[in-house]
Amino acid sequence: MPVQDFEQVFQDKIDGEIKIEPKDWMPDAYRKTNLRQISQHAHSEVVGMLPEGNWVTRAPSLKRKAILLAKIQDEAGHGLYLYSAAETLGMSRDEMIGDLHSGKAKYSSIFNYPALTWADMGAIGWLVDGAAILNQVMLCRTSYGPYARAMVRICKEESFHQRQGFESLLVLSKGTDEQKAMCQDAINRWWWPSLMMFGPKDSESTNSDQSMKWKIKRKSNDELRQQFVDMIAQQIKVLGMKLPDEALQWNEQRGHYDFGAINWDEFWAVVKGNGPCNKQRLEARRKAHEQGAWVREAAMAYAAKTAQKKAAAAMQAGALEMA
Amino acid sequence: MQKTDSSDIQKELKTAWSEAPSLEGSREAYLLHLADNSLILSHRNSEWCGHGPVLEQDIALTNISLDLIGQARNFYQYAASLIGNTDEDQLAGMRPERAFKNLLLVEQPNGDWGQTVLRQYLFSQYQYLLFEQLQQHADQQLAAICAKALKEIKYHLRWSSEWVIRLGDGTAESNERMKNAVEELWRYTGEMFMPAAYEQEAQVDIVLLKDAWNKKVASVFEAAALSVPGDCFMQSGGKTGVHTEYMGYILTELQYMQRAYPGCEW
Repeated sequence: MPVQDFEQVFQDKIDGEIKIEPKDWMPDAYRKTNLRQISQHAHSEVVGMLPEGNWVTRAPSLKRKAILLAKIQDEAGHGLYLYSAAETLGMSRDEMIGDLHSGKAKYSSIFNYPALTWADMGAIGWLVDGAAILNQVMLCRTSYGPYARAMVRICKEESFHQRQGFESLLVLSKGTDEQKAMCQDAINRWWWPSLMMFGPKDSESTNSDQSMKWKIKRKSNDELRQQFVDMIAQQIKVLGMKLPDEALQWNEQRGHYDFGAINWDEFWAVVKGNGPCNKQRLEARRKAHEQGAWVREAAMAYAAKTAQKKAAAAMQAGALEMA
Repeated sequence: MQKTDSSDIQKELKTAWSEAPSLEGSREAYLLHLADNSLILSHRNSEWCGHGPVLEQDIALTNISLDLIGQARNFYQYAASLIGNTDEDQLAGMRPERAFKNLLLVEQPNGDWGQTVLRQYLFSQYQYLLFEQLQQHADQQLAAICAKALKEIKYHLRWSSEWVIRLGDGTAESNERMKNAVEELWRYTGEMFMPAAYEQEAQVDIVLLKDAWNKKVASVFEAAALSVPGDCFMQSGGKTGVHTEYMGYILTELQYMQRAYPGCEW
C-alpha cells in the first residue's frame, strides 16, 4: 500500500474514535509527538517528586507525613506507567532518562518553583494537581491507546490528591493568623505559575493544530486554562482566601471569569532554564541516577548469576534423567 | 523588639524539661521505645523519597517508610491514651532528644543504598522475631498492634534480605560496599539484646531472640558472601536516651513545625 493509503487508514481510525495501538502503522510525526509528550509527562511526575520531597522530613504531623509520602509514591507510580506507555513507541526508559539529564527532554516548568512553606504542599495539591487534572482528563480520551489507558489510572489518583491538597489548605484557613497568612502566601506564589502550566496562548502554540487533528489533544490551551480559572475562582470562596489577580471578575456575557494578563516573559525564562530551581532539580535527578549506578549494575550481575545457576541446575537434572 | 528577662528564660526551660515525661520502668516507656524505633527508621528511609537508585525501589522504600509511620502512630496513640493529656504528635514532635528511646541503629545516616538496606534488614530481622513474641503478650492492645505490624514486617524482611544478598553477591564493587556497611553498622546491633529496665518488665525472652537473630543473620550473610563479624565492642545508650550526635539533627527537622507553631491543627 502506498504511504498515502496508510495515512488515510490511520486518519480514518482517529476520526472513527478507534485507538491507535503500538503495532499499528502511524506517521513518524505522530510517533514523535506522542513520545515527546508522554516522556515529558513521565519526567514531570518524577521531577515533581522533588518539591514535595522537600517537606517530607518536616511534615507538621504524622498523619500529614504519611499522606505526603503516599502522594509522592503515587507520583513515582505514575512515572512508571508513563515510561512504560512511552516505551511502546520504541524508546527505552534509559534513553528517555538520558535525554532528561542532558537537558534535551523537558518536564513541566511548574516544578522549577521552590516549595518554601508547609502551605505549599496544600497549594501544589490544589492548584498544580488541579491544573494537571484538567489536562489529564482530556488525555483519557487521547488517540494513542497506551497513553489513554495510563491516564485513566492516573486521573483517579490525581483527583484524590487535589482534594487532599484543598483539605489541607482548608485546615490552615481555619487555623491561627499565622496559618492563614501561610495559606494566602502559598496561593499568591503558586497561582500564576499554575496558569502557565497550560502552555502558551493558542495564538502562539506551535504544535496545537496537528495535535488536535490527530486527537492527541482535544481542547486548546486557552480553553483548559479558562476551565481552570472558573473552577478555582469558585473553590477559593470556600477557603475564604483571595486569588492574587485584581482583574479577576465574573463575566456574565461570556459565562466565564475574566482574568489578568499572564507574565509570559517569566514563563519563557523558566522554560529556558532560568527558573528558581531548574538547576537544582536536574542536579538532584542526575545525582540520584549516578549514585544508583552501582546498585543497578549489581542487581543485573546478580540476576545474571542466578539465571546461570538455574540453567546449570536444569542441565544437570536433564543429564541425570537421560542417564 | 520583644524583651526577655532571665526569669522568662528560666520558666521556658522548666516547661521544656517537664515536657519530657519520665516514664522509665513503665509500660508507657516500652511503648515509646517501640514507637521511636519505627518513627526514626521511617524518617531515615523517607529521606530517600525521590532520590532512590531506580523508580521501583524508590517506591518500595517509601512503602516501608509508610508502614513504619503507621506502626509508630499505633504505639504513640496507645501510649498517649495511657499517659493522658497528650497525643501522637506531641509525643513525636515535642519530646527532647534525651527522652527518645530508639535504638542507635535506626538513627544512623543512610549512607549509600547498601547501608540503607542493611540497616533495614538488621532491624527488620530483629523486629520480626520480637513482634512474634509480642503478639502473644498479655497486654492485648500491644499484642494486636504487633500482630498487625508483623504482616508488613514479613515483607520488609523479604525485601531487605533480598537486597543484602543481591548486593553482597552482585559485583566486586557492591560486595565491597556491603562489607563497609557491615563494618559501619554491626557495632549498633548488640544494643538490641541489652534490655533496658522497661524491657525487662515486658517479659520478652531476650536469649531466644538473640539466638534466633544470630542464626537468621548468619544464613543471609552467607548467601550474600559476607562474613559475620567476630566479637566486637557494641555501642549502646539509645534505649535510655543517650544517642549518637545524628539524633539531634533528625529531631531538628522532624520537630520543626510542632515547635515553630505549637498547639496548631494541621
